[in-house]
Amino acid sequence: MAAVGARKTLLIGYGNPGRRDDGLGPALAASFEALRLPGLTVEIDYQLSVEHAALAAEHDVVVFADAAASGPEPFSFRAVEPKGECGFSTHSVSPAGVLALAHELFGGACRGYVLGVRGYDFGEFGEGLSSPARANLAAAVEFLKAGFREGRVDVGIQPDAALAGSAAHFGEDS
Amino acid sequence: MVTVAGNSKCIRIEPVTRVEGHGKVSILLDERGQVRQARLHIVEFRGFERFIQGRPYWEIPVIVQRLCGICPVSHHLAAAKAMDRIVGGEKLTPTAEKVRRLMHYGQMLQSHALHFFHLCSPDLLFGFDADPAIRNVIGVANKHRDLAVQGVMLRKYGQECIRITAGKKIHGTGAIPGGVNKNVSIEERDFLLKDFEQIRTWGRAALKLAKDYTLAHLDQLKDFGSFDSNHLSIVRGDGALDLYDGNLRAVDATGRKIFDQVDNQKYLEYVAEEVRPWSYMKFPFIRSLGPQQGWYRVGPLARLNTCDFIDTPEAEAARREFMALTQNKPNNITMAYHWARMIELLHSIEVIGKLLHDRDLQGTDLVVKGKRRSEAVGIVEAPRGTLFHHYRINENDQVAMANLIVSTTNNNEPMNRAVQRVCQEYLSGQQITEGLLNRVEVAIRAYDPCLSCATHALGQMPLVVELLDPQGRLLDRKSRP
Repeated sequence: MAAVGARKTLLIGYGNPGRRDDGLGPALAASFEALRLPGLTVEIDYQLSVEHAALAAEHDVVVFADAAASGPEPFSFRAVEPKGECGFSTHSVSPAGVLALAHELFGGACRGYVLGVRGYDFGEFGEGLSSPARANLAAAVEFLKAGFREGRVDVGIQPDAALAGSAAHFGEDS
Repeated sequence: MVTVAGNSKCIRIEPVTRVEGHGKVSILLDERGQVRQARLHIVEFRGFERFIQGRPYWEIPVIVQRLCGICPVSHHLAAAKAMDRIVGGEKLTPTAEKVRRLMHYGQMLQSHALHFFHLCSPDLLFGFDADPAIRNVIGVANKHRDLAVQGVMLRKYGQECIRITAGKKIHGTGAIPGGVNKNVSIEERDFLLKDFEQIRTWGRAALKLAKDYTLAHLDQLKDFGSFDSNHLSIVRGDGALDLYDGNLRAVDATGRKIFDQVDNQKYLEYVAEEVRPWSYMKFPFIRSLGPQQGWYRVGPLARLNTCDFIDTPEAEAARREFMALTQNKPNNITMAYHWARMIELLHSIEVIGKLLHDRDLQGTDLVVKGKRRSEAVGIVEAPRGTLFHHYRINENDQVAMANLIVSTTNNNEPMNRAVQRVCQEYLSGQQITEGLLNRVEVAIRAYDPCLSCATHALGQMPLVVELLDPQGRLLDRKSRP
């Protein structure tokens, strides 16, 4: 695995591993934590919060990895813009909110991407991912590895769907 | 949404923003258009207690953190305290107890900072009637940048205390049955000491802001969602505020002790939970007073009302000033929660500072064990209030029974009363104004509820809409998954 790049990249995987597929974000981040890629900081948490803004501001690129309860399979990948007018309605903060706070409060200029790995089982307390979620996770990990290896993610170029070998969805922030 | 059917009108406000999870408020009007009843509906799943049944007891302090992403440390420590007793190790070594206290007070600091600076301060800085588009943390960032930065950094410092004592955020393993699995190294201590004075300075400023705001707006705030109530918390043996350990004390609205220094293990003899048909969430109450009179408040306001003193100088001075406002009787002003919360924030900083200069943190005697037990209770004061964990362990070391009463559940009745008071005072006509909506949210936010935790919510909770006539008959019901 080559270096992530000259730019500093932050990968935040968030979710609750005690709620089955909600643990997709932490599972993805844990995969990269083990790789110890130069230039890549890995953060794992239950949810996004305000202090992630301070960390984000120290990086050029932030990838937010989360479980997706609906949407494309096996995952979606989209750019996200700082946005502060909403998303602060709970104790947790949205990716757009983290970026907005990173820019507003800490002078950061980081770009953000959301990697939403499709999950299916959010209905019960329990540990371990469902079978289809595990398959989606593997595809997302390979996609992100390739993105980092080829310098696609950290320079903000949208990867093509073939990279994931699947019908992954890529798009702009809505 | 306003729905009209027959002579009654049921207005529902959902979701309640800036509290964790989702809530639903229903307002039932009578024939004259007056508020007959207002309720905060919370959907409760009890799945977590079942989920941990059969798991080995030593896994529980880690697993229970899955309950809540907001206050995993509180569940971690409450479960660990119960498991201390299971292994006969409730008398911790000085190092183990102090490492746990550093973790706990770090949790208190980060949670209180988050609530005050990013959930509550928009209400205080911009006013209850401000446009929601600016009445949020970005609004604070734009208008009061330094304050917003301080909030982030205070929370970050508390999180660092947790990281050093508990390990990973999502899988904290610091507390284990009978002790802890690591001490605090000199390097870790010095890392925390480096920024301590700045943190204390910001803590003092936050307390001043909360106090000055409350006193300056007292006429507006003193009756806002307020009512007399009982108050409950744990207190130390000498009556001091202690957020990590102590015995149960409850006082009434005048300060009379209802019970005092009750052993945690006997909580079920003093506290019961009522089930009401309209709510998924239980209503705890003091047994001797019954459900109608025995409901109580928990959290920062209750803790200042129950304790006799605080054992750190700046917080004690602040407590005296706080209690003087109500002639040293319990303060029943709902909006005083914010001031009380900032007194606790400064107290937490003082405790952290004291602990960081204690060489016991670097001790190596980490775990004790003694006579095995099969049943135990662990209670801590979580940021939002008293948290009860109760377990029975079978002969195979597996959890056979678990009962948890979380802080927000303890405040269920008070939150309902606060909503009722606000609706009765501010609802005018048959429309929900932005002003009313804001005020309902402000009243609920005073309690800093964590609905995700209290409800054991599984992802997004179902939304249920019910229309009731004056006799309580169901006229309509709508829901979505």
